[in-house]
Amino acid sequence: MLEHQERLRALAAADRRGANNIFILKHMATIPHSGPAPVIAIPSDAAVIRVEDVHKYYDLGETKVHALRGVTLDISKGEFVAIMGSSGSGKSTFMNILGCLDKPTVGRYLLNGIEVSSLSKKELAFIRNSQIGFVFQGFNLLARTTALENVELPTLYARVGKGEGQNRALEALRLVGLADRMKHYPSQLSGGQQQRVAIARGLVNRPAILLADEPTGNLDSRTSVEIMEVFQTLNDGGLTIILVTHEPDVAQFARRVLQFRDGRLKSDHTVKNRPRAEEVLRNMPAVED
Amino acid sequence: MTLLQIIRIASRALARNKLRSILTMLGIIIGVGAVIAMVGVGQGAQEQAQKQIAAMGSNILFVGSGTVSRGGTRMGWGATKTLVYDDMLAILRECPAVAAAAPGGMASAQVVFGNDNWSTRITGTEPQFFEVRTWAFQSGAPFSQADVDSAANVAIIGETVRKNLFGATDPIGQTIRIKNLPFKVVGVLAPKGSSATSGDDQDDTIITPITTLQKKMTGETWLRWIIVSATSRENSFTAQQQISSLLRDRHRIRAGQDDDFFVRNMADIADLADQQSQLFTTLLFWIASVSLVVGGIGIMNIMLVSVTERTREIGIRMAIGATESDVQKQFLTEAIVLSLTGGIIGVFAGLATSYIINQTLQWQVSVSPQAIAAAVIFSMAMGIFFGFYPARKAARLDPIEALRYE
Repeated sequence: MLEHQERLRALAAADRRGANNIFILKHMATIPHSGPAPVIAIPSDAAVIRVEDVHKYYDLGETKVHALRGVTLDISKGEFVAIMGSSGSGKSTFMNILGCLDKPTVGRYLLNGIEVSSLSKKELAFIRNSQIGFVFQGFNLLARTTALENVELPTLYARVGKGEGQNRALEALRLVGLADRMKHYPSQLSGGQQQRVAIARGLVNRPAILLADEPTGNLDSRTSVEIMEVFQTLNDGGLTIILVTHEPDVAQFARRVLQFRDGRLKSDHTVKNRPRAEEVLRNMPAVED
Repeated sequence: MTLLQIIRIASRALARNKLRSILTMLGIIIGVGAVIAMVGVGQGAQEQAQKQIAAMGSNILFVGSGTVSRGGTRMGWGATKTLVYDDMLAILRECPAVAAAAPGGMASAQVVFGNDNWSTRITGTEPQFFEVRTWAFQSGAPFSQADVDSAANVAIIGETVRKNLFGATDPIGQTIRIKNLPFKVVGVLAPKGSSATSGDDQDDTIITPITTLQKKMTGETWLRWIIVSATSRENSFTAQQQISSLLRDRHRIRAGQDDDFFVRNMADIADLADQQSQLFTTLLFWIASVSLVVGGIGIMNIMLVSVTERTREIGIRMAIGATESDVQKQFLTEAIVLSLTGGIIGVFAGLATSYIINQTLQWQVSVSPQAIAAAVIFSMAMGIFFGFYPARKAARLDPIEALRYE
């Protein structure tokens, strides 16, 4: 266990170094631009996420839903942020925008210095593939596809060579401690294991941020803490993690908590006395069955 | 993603729903199989017709006593009795493009040998007939000009007549009775099979000297037809014109009046037969194509179901970086893999069907490599055509909606 945490830290740290420059070069080479490039020179220690007065409206015919009413915030590299809020607070919309699945109606969103709101659908897909790792509540693994192949999937869209893709997938599975299950199908894995496979899939393209949407929503409390342990370890290695949850128990493992209400950021505070997941685990009663 | 990876992903997705994929493919298999077999039957018929016509000799012309209208009623073939033996002699004498000619008369008769009898067609002609028609003998020999001159009771029988009357007995030298007259069998013709143009069994015939037929059986003094060979294939059209103007002259037909005879050139007959069998092939092709299109619609249907079922999968793929074109390619490839696999299996199904038709119905079936290539390419085009809309639909999904889809 210790060995794999060490490795996890090392790899995450290595990935951070110079990732920006490589990305911008790759991006410029792949996507032809008309007009000015959406790349803004930023110091390497600047915010990985910068959100400036973002609004989002949904036009549902007669009614107009104002899901986000002006959100401004920065998230720096290496942060571990939990986004909280009740349903309807705008946190899911915010998450979709951060994940480049949606664009703000008004305002600017810069991911790694790239103005995302000006990108085309194809460019957004490229950003999602290279800059963002997704972890969903329902794991969202492809059925009848082995763990290894599920993890490999993003590398296919990244046009990484087959051998390289497989190596990366295997490495990512090792990071989450599931290398011995790589030939298993999702149906042969427990919920916690499936979520680890999903995390490995999120990591395989060495993204700038890992976005987790209710990652523990389908898990029991012990497994939830185990998943949080994986997140903490990855974060210790330098990975930026953003987590959406409505459980304070889960949010306390993050370093910083953002509270959303009615489409606005209600509070933004640093977690004091952050518990370590492995300690919490140690004090939890063992599973009986 | 490389093409190979896309194909692998598509094949796996199809393998997940084996029964459904096979049933969908069955539509294409039946369609392509039907196209291959039907075009094979059509082309086989066409080839057989061409082969028979070629065997008959493409320099042959056929002069028949013509149709004529009398009082508004169009009389059938042989309604005029103006074609006579002297016409044939004149043709031989005065048409330089003509090499040989033989006259013909016809009757139907019951033929008896021992206790067996057979109803057949009696053809009366001269010995040159066998050369003009290039008809070989399996045993015996043609009757002679002397037999013609003396109206001898000699007969040459076709294979069908031989089979039905003689069975295992050697017919040469035997006596048969035609209309109660005894005839000595002097030869047996080599089998020719059914006619390319009329479909009649050419072997179901007895050939006697024309004099014997006319004097002892029909009492006719005119000819039903004259068969002529031109000096060469190229000259057959010249021969046709020469015969035509000679006969108009001899029959005293004024300008503007209809001929009381007709001259057919084998090349025309070949063209006609060709046209007919081509029409037949085209018809079969379109009928078979309908089932192929139905198969294509089946693919579209199943792809639409598949897109709806896999909305969530599409959402996941988009979230982790698949572009619209990646998703579109994936579903389009699935449709193409379905139709192309179906097409290839269909080719084998078509070949098997052709073989069965050939073995059971004894029809000549010829499947050309072009037909196979066309069927395979066409089935692939079906996949693209009918897979495009479902694939487009998949690619246009909103990733957020798709991820939320239950």
